Amino acid sequence: MKHNFQYFFKEGVSNMFSHGFMSFAAIGITVACLLIMGTFSLVAYNANENLADLQRENAILAFVDENLDDNAVKGLQQELECVENVSECTFISREEAKKDYLEQYDDNDLYSNLDDDVFRHRYVIHMTDPGQMLATKELVEGVDGIAWVRADEAISNGFVTVRNIASVVSIALIAILLIISVFIISNTIKLTTFDRREEIAIMKMVGATDGFIRWPFVYEGLMLGICGAVIAFFLQWLLYSAITSGIANSDTLQLLRVVPFDGIWVPVAVIFLIVGILVGVGGSLTAIRKFLRV
Amino acid sequence: MIRLTNVEKTYDNGTRALQGISFEIADGDFVFLVGPSGSGKSTIIKLLTGEIIPTGGRVMINGFSMSRITDEQIPYMRRTVGVIFQDFRLIAKKTVYDNLALAMRAVGATNREIRGRIPYVLELVGLAGMEKRYPDELSGGEQQRVAIARALVNNPDTIVADEPTGNLDPNRSLEIMTLLERINALGTTVVVVTHEKGLVNHFDKRVIMIEEGKVVGDGMGTYEVKE
Ligand SMILES: Nc1ncnc2c1ncn2[C@@H]1O[C@H](COP(=O)(O)OP(=O)(O)OP(=O)(O)O)[C@@H](O)[C@H]1O
Ligand SMILES: [Mg+2]
Repeated sequence: MKHNFQYFFKEGVSNMFSHGFMSFAAIGITVACLLIMGTFSLVAYNANENLADLQRENAILAFVDENLDDNAVKGLQQELECVENVSECTFISREEAKKDYLEQYDDNDLYSNLDDDVFRHRYVIHMTDPGQMLATKELVEGVDGIAWVRADEAISNGFVTVRNIASVVSIALIAILLIISVFIISNTIKLTTFDRREEIAIMKMVGATDGFIRWPFVYEGLMLGICGAVIAFFLQWLLYSAITSGIANSDTLQLLRVVPFDGIWVPVAVIFLIVGILVGVGGSLTAIRKFLRV
Repeated sequence: MIRLTNVEKTYDNGTRALQGISFEIADGDFVFLVGPSGSGKSTIIKLLTGEIIPTGGRVMINGFSMSRITDEQIPYMRRTVGVIFQDFRLIAKKTVYDNLALAMRAVGATNREIRGRIPYVLELVGLAGMEKRYPDELSGGEQQRVAIARALVNNPDTIVADEPTGNLDPNRSLEIMTLLERINALGTTVVVVTHEKGLVNHFDKRVIMIEEGKVVGDGMGTYEVKE
């Protein structure tokens, strides 16, 4: 028997409207689930992006012992490159360091008369795996001729924490909310099957297959899930834009780089739709599983 | 063709509703199934519609063996049997047309087929032009005609009716039975459960009598069949 899409779909949608309030609740809970899931995932994603930026910029600065002569200083290059996890090692003389420093504060004359001696020769070390910064720092400290080493971990640790918390919270919330969504959708559909029990009995009596009876309820669940996904997507868009502009206008947070929604709407839409469909179909299948036993 | 061979049915609570029933109904037959209350008539009807399966013996219905049938085959077996109940079982919030359309759509009929078939079947049961009525806008006899139309609409080989006239006055009952006789004359096998002695005697048909889950009589024409 061919799949009578038009009929199943029409029945499914009219089922949805026959329980306006329950359908509304089912869509609402799906929207809430997707929105919370989406928000936490996007926070985790942005924290990760900022972390990657930071790690890309994050270099270890190894300051050279003042007592070494120029040759010995040059010789350190090779030695540092042999240290584990060091991917790149660039020498910066005290003159260059001063120049860089002044450039950074170019509209401020305050530092322009600083003496070269304030600055030291240094090596800027980039790592293959920035996550191993602490271990690499210790190894570099052990190299003869390196006076001291600076590695900023505080900020990067902050991002790691945000990302980890956002990931854990979103996974836990997603699990709980998905279960609630499936449950509510399932109950909405159970109501419809209850409403339609006479019709279902007659359809079975005249020889309808279980599949035929099931399809309208599957479409009902599907439509609930898709409606939830579409609404959640637009709300997520609004929320994300609001947060983005909030961060851009804030004095303290504007250093954060927020990925623009334009760049991520496709995966967000696809994931919302997939989750919506899974929740909807999952809900309808749990609702009608028992129901079809004769 | 319908053939029951030593059929037993014991319900889950231990009631032995059928205790070795055997009979055969050829294609095109008209049969009355009679017997006292609780004798097992409805149980036989439920076996014929695939609502229950026998706990012993063999039931063959239009080529399907009910003791070996799979869940997937049951719908296809049911398409060969139209069913009519005492309480009509129409859907109150659907029109006559939609009640019939539901039954046709359930077995995959197209809208075009449905539009073509319904007026013909309504005409056959004497309800031409009643498509738009709701069940509560019809008399009991008319409602039962709609139910008969629904049983017929997918063109089954057999029609089984469990006390189809139980809710109707004698004149309506006679009309319904006459309609079933006419449907039988058009080639459909008809099995009717009834309590009404007068009706059975009015039609000169085969009568199978059941008592305490056993066949106690099988012959032409009369309700009273001696053991
Ligand atoms: N679902 C069931 N579970 C347990 N026992 C049942 C069930 N259905 C029927 N019975 C019992 O099986 C026996 C036969 O019942 P059945 O309904 O077939 O009788 P019947 O001949 O149709 O009676 P009536 O003329 O009153 O309709 C009765 O003793 C009844 O109580
Ligand atoms: Mg009965």
